Amino acid sequence: MSTRLANQGRLIDRSKPVKFTFNGKSFTGFAGDTLASALLANDQMLVGRSFKYHRPRGIVASGAEEPNALLGLGSGDRFEPNQRATTTELFDGLESASQNHWPSLEYDIGAVNKAFARFLPAGFYYKMFIHPRPFWKHIYEPFIRQSAGLGRAPKDRDADRYEHFYAFTDILVIGGGVAGLLAAKTAAQSGAKVMVLEQTAHWGGRAPVDGGTVNGTAVADYIAILVTELEAMDNVTMRLRCMGAGVYDHGYALGYERVTDHAPSLEGPRHRLWRIRAKQIITATGAIERPLSFAGNDVPGVMLAAAMRDYAVNYGVTPGDKVIVATNNDDAYRTAICLKEMGVDVLRILDARDTGGGELMEQARELGIRIDCGRAIGKVSGGKRVKKVAICAQAGTGAALEEISCDAVAMSGGWSPVVHLWSHCGGKLTWDDSLSQFRPDPNRPPTGADGQGFVVPAGTANGEMHLGEIVSDAVAAGKKATQDAGFKAKRTAAPRGVDTAYAPMEPVWLMPRNAEMELRTKTWLDYQNDVKVSDVQLAAREGYESVEHTKRYTTLGMATDQGKLSNINGLATLANALDAKIPQVGTTTFRPPYTPISMGSIGGEARGEVFQPIRRTPMHDWNEAHGADWEPVGQWRRPYAYVRDGETVHDAVMRETRNVREAVGILDASTLGKIVVKGPDAGRFLDMMYTNMMSNLKPGKCRYGLMCSENGFLIDDGVVARIDDDTWFCHTTTGGAERIHAHMEEWLQTEWWDWKVYVANVTEQFAQIAVVGPKARAVLEKLGGMDVGKDDLPFMEWRDGILGGFDVRIYRISFSGELSYEIAVSASQGQALWNALRSAGDGFGMMPYGTETLHILRAEKGFIMIGDESDGTVIPQDLGLNWAISKKKEDFLGKRAQQRSHMTDPTRWKLVGLETTDGSVLPDGAYAVGEGVNANGQRNMVGRVTSTYYSPNLNKGIAMGLVLNGPDRMGEVLEFPGTDGKIYTATIVDPVFYDKDGEKQNV
Amino acid sequence: MLILHCPYCGVDADETELSPGGEAHLKRFGPGSSDEDFQDYLFARENPRGVHFERWRHAAGCGKWFHAARSTDTLEVFGTYSAQTTEPPKEICDRISGKRPGWTWRLFG
Repeated sequence: MSTRLANQGRLIDRSKPVKFTFNGKSFTGFAGDTLASALLANDQMLVGRSFKYHRPRGIVASGAEEPNALLGLGSGDRFEPNQRATTTELFDGLESASQNHWPSLEYDIGAVNKAFARFLPAGFYYKMFIHPRPFWKHIYEPFIRQSAGLGRAPKDRDADRYEHFYAFTDILVIGGGVAGLLAAKTAAQSGAKVMVLEQTAHWGGRAPVDGGTVNGTAVADYIAILVTELEAMDNVTMRLRCMGAGVYDHGYALGYERVTDHAPSLEGPRHRLWRIRAKQIITATGAIERPLSFAGNDVPGVMLAAAMRDYAVNYGVTPGDKVIVATNNDDAYRTAICLKEMGVDVLRILDARDTGGGELMEQARELGIRIDCGRAIGKVSGGKRVKKVAICAQAGTGAALEEISCDAVAMSGGWSPVVHLWSHCGGKLTWDDSLSQFRPDPNRPPTGADGQGFVVPAGTANGEMHLGEIVSDAVAAGKKATQDAGFKAKRTAAPRGVDTAYAPMEPVWLMPRNAEMELRTKTWLDYQNDVKVSDVQLAAREGYESVEHTKRYTTLGMATDQGKLSNINGLATLANALDAKIPQVGTTTFRPPYTPISMGSIGGEARGEVFQPIRRTPMHDWNEAHGADWEPVGQWRRPYAYVRDGETVHDAVMRETRNVREAVGILDASTLGKIVVKGPDAGRFLDMMYTNMMSNLKPGKCRYGLMCSENGFLIDDGVVARIDDDTWFCHTTTGGAERIHAHMEEWLQTEWWDWKVYVANVTEQFAQIAVVGPKARAVLEKLGGMDVGKDDLPFMEWRDGILGGFDVRIYRISFSGELSYEIAVSASQGQALWNALRSAGDGFGMMPYGTETLHILRAEKGFIMIGDESDGTVIPQDLGLNWAISKKKEDFLGKRAQQRSHMTDPTRWKLVGLETTDGSVLPDGAYAVGEGVNANGQRNMVGRVTSTYYSPNLNKGIAMGLVLNGPDRMGEVLEFPGTDGKIYTATIVDPVFYDKDGEKQNV
Repeated sequence: MLILHCPYCGVDADETELSPGGEAHLKRFGPGSSDEDFQDYLFARENPRGVHFERWRHAAGCGKWFHAARSTDTLEVFGTYSAQTTEPPKEICDRISGKRPGWTWRLFG
């Protein structure tokens, strides 16, 4: 059984028991345990079910590479799925639950998938479930949805806090093992600013487990000295529990610090995302052991050899009493020796190499461990736990020579350097034949702004597997990074590392080498995605040669572990199947983050209220206090309507809309964009910006203008006022100000840079208030101070003056068809003027109105709205706005584009009014259907609704839409099928529904 | 996450401060141009793997447009310069040619 040994465990504190639960059951571990070591100590071998077949799965690794032990942690608003038990530090009260099983982990109905397995070969989504089509909807999809997937998504809003830190450093060291620490010390001695990140809770990496000496000191002690030295240096920052998540352009890197995951009672954010800029980055990220590919290599109790050694040395845990070790290299012998010395029964070492290993093999033999060379595992049997192992010849097809009962298997297929961070920003790899591994190619590093490499690999991550080489490589890496960062490296000799020498490893990609089909279909490459050797071989037979395609087809190397264990074995299998060399097949792309990071950390503080700042008009608080039903418009908030007690929002809109036409309304129009364009060439410039002529506008007058992109499409509209000889004032749509200002700047700076024009966005400098309705003039006259009569301030003109004591500019412009004044005042005076206008309006039935009333009023008049009638594919000609397109101007933005054949096509849909035959309201966005069907068998479409409202002034539904040959089809009735199943019918009419002759605004 | 030097305000700006504007040194074609020229101007952009000239705006900074000469594959930056020019400054072209013998302005691919 899997159990805690009587002593051992350098990371645990046996005097501090820690209680936790797994699937509701209470367990006890020790302070210093990981969740994985504590589960193993409690003989909990089974920790999950596999993705496709729901096979029982156990812990296979001891670190970030773990593919199986993905658990749901916490509950309620602190629940998080897919957390690796191996990287979860134990704390008192930790709640964990396995995933992917129903009804329980032990008895899983989904395991019936085993019978279904033949329907789930490589590429099953693509080939099995396409035909017949109805099967997909009713059988395949419900089945897959129920059985596939990893953890559940959390239901509640995340209760924790997250933050971002920004850091600048000369040298960033990723990885706090012996190589990283030594490289950091080498760099720090030059005076350079150094930052060291270690993803686990402990410095030193593997070295304290694997042993050896540095300068005659035991490596664990040497590390302690290094850490003390580094901590004493002012120019060094050290972070534990902080993973180097990604390396990006120009020395940008992300660190993912899990601040309180290990102790949720601590103050502070849960996770912290470090956004780092470094001149040089040293990747000392170690290596990951590869599994061996034999039948039953996924049975709980089969574990990576080094992981088994970690559990024994670090936590005093052994996953079995009777262990078999299978290997193709010397490193796994360390596990056998270590277990044996702890009193665990090591039944056999199966070394696939005919000649076996070197010095370590001799040590193992001296301890009395039986070693069989040229031998392999034919098959591991057992359901939820290893029961026995069939031994065969590595050179054969798998015929069993012998069967041995045991309860754990340690496997080692060699080591793969962690090259992820080296590769993220373009570092290339080279294949090392002697170690059968990809390692960083020093001649092709990721390059920075100066064209030189900015990442230096160190130690095991650089393919060095012995302490002596690791130590000297780390010092060399430290020196190189120091010099490349512009510092002078100290001339120091590298310390001398000593450990036991290895005999050469031998690549073993399949065990036994010629395993029969039956074995290959039970031989797992990717535990997390249930990809077997036979799947990759099938993909190769079906013509998948590219490793990237094979990945997608088989799902090899996808999901949360991104193939940390499976990649090299998978592509070696593919290479063998294609009869190609491994480096020719290549690797899939390594993309950040190295392991999944929380969405919370990515968001940081930017959530809730501070996700995006809200822009408030000077009258925002008044609006808020008077029933504003807020509508977001860009970053602004505008009142949709001012809702009174006892009213629905719809009631309020109807009341406001009627009141503007009958009496007078007041609108907070401050959000309208306001841009000053000034200079000797301003008129010429605006003639290019707008489709109509602006240079000949007289001072004191206003003109409605349209703006198009160079592609000819309508992008904005608004009223332009000419202030003086060389000054124009342009209104833009709400939310359009920044975009249009940037548009103007772009053309001024990059095309017509010799034109003498300044543009300034003054949107927030002014409050603007529209007083609209038949009694608008009376209100202004009551306030007094300016002549606002028909002759003094005619329609489409503006005047500066003093109104009721306020320094104002009044534009007589109208977006409603009513007598209307838009009054601009400096923002600081906005609320005061609003109050004054409200008081003056008292006897006239004045009501504030919101954006929906504004919309209905403009729709009654057939005025277009950018974003409703336009959508980036509409040109002014579609909207019947030819009158606003100059024919005299030689050029303006969009003119040439509007001459292109598609733009002049007479069958472009054109703007019309739509009136339902029964007075109801057309659904927004509904399409009109015509005769015949298209190639997909769908009804042909002949138009669509762009704006639709109920007009309380006309007592019926009114709408605008774009319709094929619309203006020529007045009076025709169109059918609009709604999503509610009803068919709406509407007559094509003129888009101006109200006061066609404009008598109401011209008074 | 590039860092580009803004030639106007002198700041080494992080990419988060910048907004990209695509290929630099386009020649505008307006009314009177042929369909082919106009289409090329509107839609056909160089997108080389290698040396490229791009427009960037220091949007969350001084607001100015500038040009950058850089390699899209190695991320090397050869220089940034004023947007108010129709071709890259000679010193930048010389610098690129010095590092990549045989390279000449307007040679893409």
